[in-house]
Amino acid sequence: MGGYAAYVWSAFGLTLAVLLGNAWLARRRFAAARLELARRLRAAGGTP
Amino acid sequence: MHRFFHELASPPHFYRLAGRLGPWFGWTGAALIAGSAWAGLAWAPPDYQQGDGFRIIYVHVPSAWMSLFVYVLMATAAAIGLVWRIKLAHAVAAGCAPIGASFTFLALATGSIWGKPMWGTWWVWDARLTSELILLFLYAGYMALRASIDDLQRADRASAVLALVGVINVPIIHYSVIWWNTLHQGPTVTRLDTPAIAASMLVPLLTMTVGFMCYFAAVLMTRVRGELLARERHARWVREVV
Repeated sequence: MGGYAAYVWSAFGLTLAVLLGNAWLARRRFAAARLELARRLRAAGGTP
Repeated sequence: MHRFFHELASPPHFYRLAGRLGPWFGWTGAALIAGSAWAGLAWAPPDYQQGDGFRIIYVHVPSAWMSLFVYVLMATAAAIGLVWRIKLAHAVAAGCAPIGASFTFLALATGSIWGKPMWGTWWVWDARLTSELILLFLYAGYMALRASIDDLQRADRASAVLALVGVINVPIIHYSVIWWNTLHQGPTVTRLDTPAIAASMLVPLLTMTVGFMCYFAAVLMTRVRGELLARERHARWVREVV
């Protein structure tokens, strides 16, 4: 990498980490919303 | 056409459609990003001035483009929600904000990492960098405003106004390198005559951008689906899909 390895790899690594983290957060939020709704429905005996 | 948009704006229809399309966008995005990263790191030739240091372009520029694109989409969705009171539009705007903020953070961070070896400094208060930092604050302000208002309709309206006011920053970011004398370089790819970049360097950049677009679509769909479930928790259709 001609002396630029630390800069190039850290930029790519940071990008990968943020992209993966963002996707994980979105999925976690969606799963939490679904779980919360299912819990409410169960508590209400199938009615909202 | 009217019927298509009417159906698309219906929360249950969008919820199901996004559930089907999301994985396709996600895997296409992952494949494009992986392939473009390999091409950018190994296939594209080194720059004659910056050597291998220029390869940061493959994550920096798509992040910067996406930071602007997502903001324009967020503001457009917010405007549609504000004018036509479409709930899905507000959900889309709310879903855009955290993803756009992370692209803006990436543009700033990777730009800083690129700036150190090329400019000799991590940061300089020039027009491009400062206006991009303001974009990050706009995203953060939008999310903070939404979180601070309990009433959903008021939160939608107030945050939509903020998103629309912030649009003024988008052309400022884009033209900052032309209007002011900045340390940041001028347009390379989006020049109206011919791009000042070789095709072998340009192709991975464009495919990486398409990969980022697909990734954004996939994550946005997941976010909007979660947002719809929370907003429509009393609706009949929600009981059927949970």
